Amino acid sequence: MAERVLMKGNEAIAEAAIRSGCRHYFGYPITPQTEVAAYMAKRMPKIDGVFLQAESEIASINMVYGAAAAGMRVMTSSSSPGISLMGEGLSYIAGSDVPAFVVNVQRGGPGLGGIQPSQSDYFQATRGGGHGDYHMIVLAPASVQEMASLTVKGFNLADKYSMIAMILADGTIGQMMEPISFEDVEIEHYDKPWALTGTQCQRRHNIVNSLYLQPDVLEKKNFERYEKYRAVEENEALHESYMMDDAEVCVVAFGIASRVAKNAVVAARAEGIKAGLIRPITLWPFPKKALSEAADQVKSFLSVELSMGQMVEDIQLATGCRRPVSLCNRVGGMIPSPDQVLASIRKAAKGEN
Amino acid sequence: MKTTQILIAGFGGQGILFAGKFLAYKGLLEDLQVSWLPSYGPEMRGGTANCNVILSDDPVGSPIVTNPDVLIAMNLPSLQKYVNDVVPGGQIYVDSTLIAEKVQRTDVEVYYIPATQMANDAGVPTLANMVMMGHVLQHNPELSFNGTDVTVQKLVPAKKAALVELNMKALEAGRDYEG
Repeated sequence: MAERVLMKGNEAIAEAAIRSGCRHYFGYPITPQTEVAAYMAKRMPKIDGVFLQAESEIASINMVYGAAAAGMRVMTSSSSPGISLMGEGLSYIAGSDVPAFVVNVQRGGPGLGGIQPSQSDYFQATRGGGHGDYHMIVLAPASVQEMASLTVKGFNLADKYSMIAMILADGTIGQMMEPISFEDVEIEHYDKPWALTGTQCQRRHNIVNSLYLQPDVLEKKNFERYEKYRAVEENEALHESYMMDDAEVCVVAFGIASRVAKNAVVAARAEGIKAGLIRPITLWPFPKKALSEAADQVKSFLSVELSMGQMVEDIQLATGCRRPVSLCNRVGGMIPSPDQVLASIRKAAKGEN
Repeated sequence: MKTTQILIAGFGGQGILFAGKFLAYKGLLEDLQVSWLPSYGPEMRGGTANCNVILSDDPVGSPIVTNPDVLIAMNLPSLQKYVNDVVPGGQIYVDSTLIAEKVQRTDVEVYYIPATQMANDAGVPTLANMVMMGHVLQHNPELSFNGTDVTVQKLVPAKKAALVELNMKALEAGRDYEG
C-alpha cells in the first residue's frame, strides 16, 4: 500500500486531479477552496500543465469550456457564490455535451453569506444550476480519501458521458486533514471524435456549440441528452449503507453531516434504538433504489443536512412518501452536534416529527 | 477501542495549527486513525485560532471536537471559552506565562506549564507551542516521546532543516518540565 500522508481535503482534490491526467486548471480564489488553486499554482508549471488565475469565475468557466472543447481533461474549483457566477458557463458546457470537472467547496449562503461550511447548494447542484434542461453528475465526498477517489471517478465519468461532473464538498471536508494514500489511479480513456484538435486538412472541421435555432433540432438534442441521463441514473448511483440490516430509523446524510450522523447512529444503537444510515455518495443521480428499498423496512427517515432541508424532497420522491421524513439541520456555517442528531433520532424512533 | 479528542486554542501566530499538525502526524506514525480540523473563519484573521485533533483506534466519525478529552489553552480567552467543555476526567494544559487564572474545576487534571517563558529561556521564543506539546506527550503514553524527531522531520520542509533541532529543543524542554 502507498504511504499514508496527511493532506487537506482541498489539496487531495488537486493532487488526484493531476494524477487523473488533468493538465488545465482555471480558477479564481475564494474561501474555503483556495488550497485547490494554490496547489495547482505550485504543481502545474512543474509538469507542463496550465494554471491560470482568471479575472473572474465567469472567465474561469469559459476557459474550462474552451479547453474541454479541445478534448482536454480540465477543471475549475470555487465556492458557492463563485459557482453561481459560473451558472451560464455550466449551462453552455452542458448544452455542448463536453466533459468538465468542477469543484464546489460550499460555504453558507445565500448571497455572500459566510465562509463557514454549508450544504445549501444542493438544489443548485442536483438540479443543474444554470438555465435549461440539464444535469451534472454530483459527487459528495465525506472524507479526505474520498475527495481524492471521487475526483478520479469524476474525471472518468465526465469523459464517459461527455458531461459535467461536480464535487459537492463543504468547508469542513475541504479544510480538514486526514491520512490519505494514493493508490494507482485508473484513467479511463474515451474517444473524443468531436474535439477541436485541428483538422490537419484530413477531415471536416468539428463544431462545439450550444446554439440551435431550429426548435425541432433543439428538441431532439434535449431528448437525446435525457437518454444519456437515464443511462447515468441507471448505472452510476452510489451510496453507503451503515447498520441498515435491521434499522427502523433511517438517517440520510452526505458529506460532513454524514460523519456527525454516524456518531449519532452509534450512540442511538447503544441506547437500543435501531438506527441506520444511508449516505448518498452521488447526489445526482440520487440513490433512489436504496432509499426505496429502505422504505419497505424502516418506520421513518431523518435527513441530516447543513441546509434548510433541500434533500428532504429527494428522499420523499425516492420513497414515494411512504414513510415520514423529518429534518435535523443547522445552517449558515453551523454544524449539528452528534447530540442534536441523536435527539432527532430518538424523536423519529417514537414516531414524532 | 480508544478515542482521544484534542482541542488546541490560542492567538493566531502562536503555532496552534502547527501544534495540531504535530499531534496528528505523531498519531499517524503510531498507526492511529487521525483527523485535523483548523478554524479558518474570521477569528483566525488576527484573532483566536483553534484546532481539533482526533486520535483513535477506529475510523474517525465527526472530526469536530465539542467535548475534548484534552484541552491545550495558550491564552486566557481560550481557557475561559472551553474550560467547561472538557469531559470529566480530562486533561487541561495551561500556558501559565500567559494565563494567570487557575482552573476551578476539580474533576479534571490540570497542568500549568510556563511555556512561553521556557521557550524564551531556551532561545526558541516562537516555539512555546512545542514546549506544550512536549508536556502533552509526557502525560499521554499512547503517543510516547519515541519517534518525535521523525514526526518533526515530516513537518519541517527540507530547506528549513535547521528548525528540526529547535523544535526538538522545545519539545524536550516541555517533556522534562516538572511543575
